[in-house]
Amino acid sequence: MSVDSVFVHKMWNDKELSKMVEGGVPFPMLSDGGGKVGTAYGIYDEDAGVENRGRFIIDPEGIIQAYEVLTPPVGRHVAESLRQIQAFQLVRESKGTEATPSGWKPGKLTLKPGPDLVGRVWEVWSVDMESD
Amino acid sequence: MAEKPKVGCARPTGGLVGQAETVQPKEETQSAKEVRKMIQVGKPAPDFVAPAYCKGEFTAVKLSEHLGKWVVLCFYPGDFTFV
Repeated sequence: MSVDSVFVHKMWNDKELSKMVEGGVPFPMLSDGGGKVGTAYGIYDEDAGVENRGRFIIDPEGIIQAYEVLTPPVGRHVAESLRQIQAFQLVRESKGTEATPSGWKPGKLTLKPGPDLVGRVWEVWSVDMESD
Repeated sequence: MAEKPKVGCARPTGGLVGQAETVQPKEETQSAKEVRKMIQVGKPAPDFVAPAYCKGEFTAVKLSEHLGKWVVLCFYPGDFTFV
C-alpha cells in the first residue's frame, strides 16, 4: 500500500515490476491517497506525504502479531518476514503451549513455557543455538 | 530559481512559502494529535477498504474479507522510487 493511485500502480507493474516477476505482481496493490489508512496504522509521514516502510503480520483472527517500520532508504528482508509468520503459525497451532526462542527457524528447538522451565532455560537452550 | 531537491526514496513535496507559524490549531485537535497512540500488537488490525490494482483489474480490497487467512500488509513510500 502506498499513497500512489491505482493508475500509477498499474503503470509501475506493467512497466517495471512485470520485468522482475513473471506475470507481474500477483497480489493487490492498494492505494492510500491522503494517508488515512497509514495514519491509522501509525506509519504515515505527514511532512513527507508518504508512508514509511511499515510491514504488519495479521493473524486469521485479524490480530496484529508483529510489525516492523523502516525509513524509506532501507528495504525489508523477505526471509525474515516469512520466518516470523512460520513462528506465529507454530505458536498458534500449539495453542500457545510452545514458544520460539531467539534465532528460531523451522526445525529448530522450541520452548514449552511453564513453571518447570523457570530458571532452567539454560538446560535446554544455549546462546550458540541463536545462530545457524 | 528554487534549489533542486535531492532525489531519494521519499517523494520531494512542496509546501507554503512564508511565515513559519501560520494558523493556531484549535485546542481539541492539538490534544487529539498528542494523544494518538502507537499501534498495538496483540490488538485487532484497523479494518479498512482501499482501491486497488490487481492482475489487470481495478478493484477494492477490504481487510476484514481476509479473516481466516494470514495477511501481510506492506506499506512503502512510493512507486518508481528505487528500493
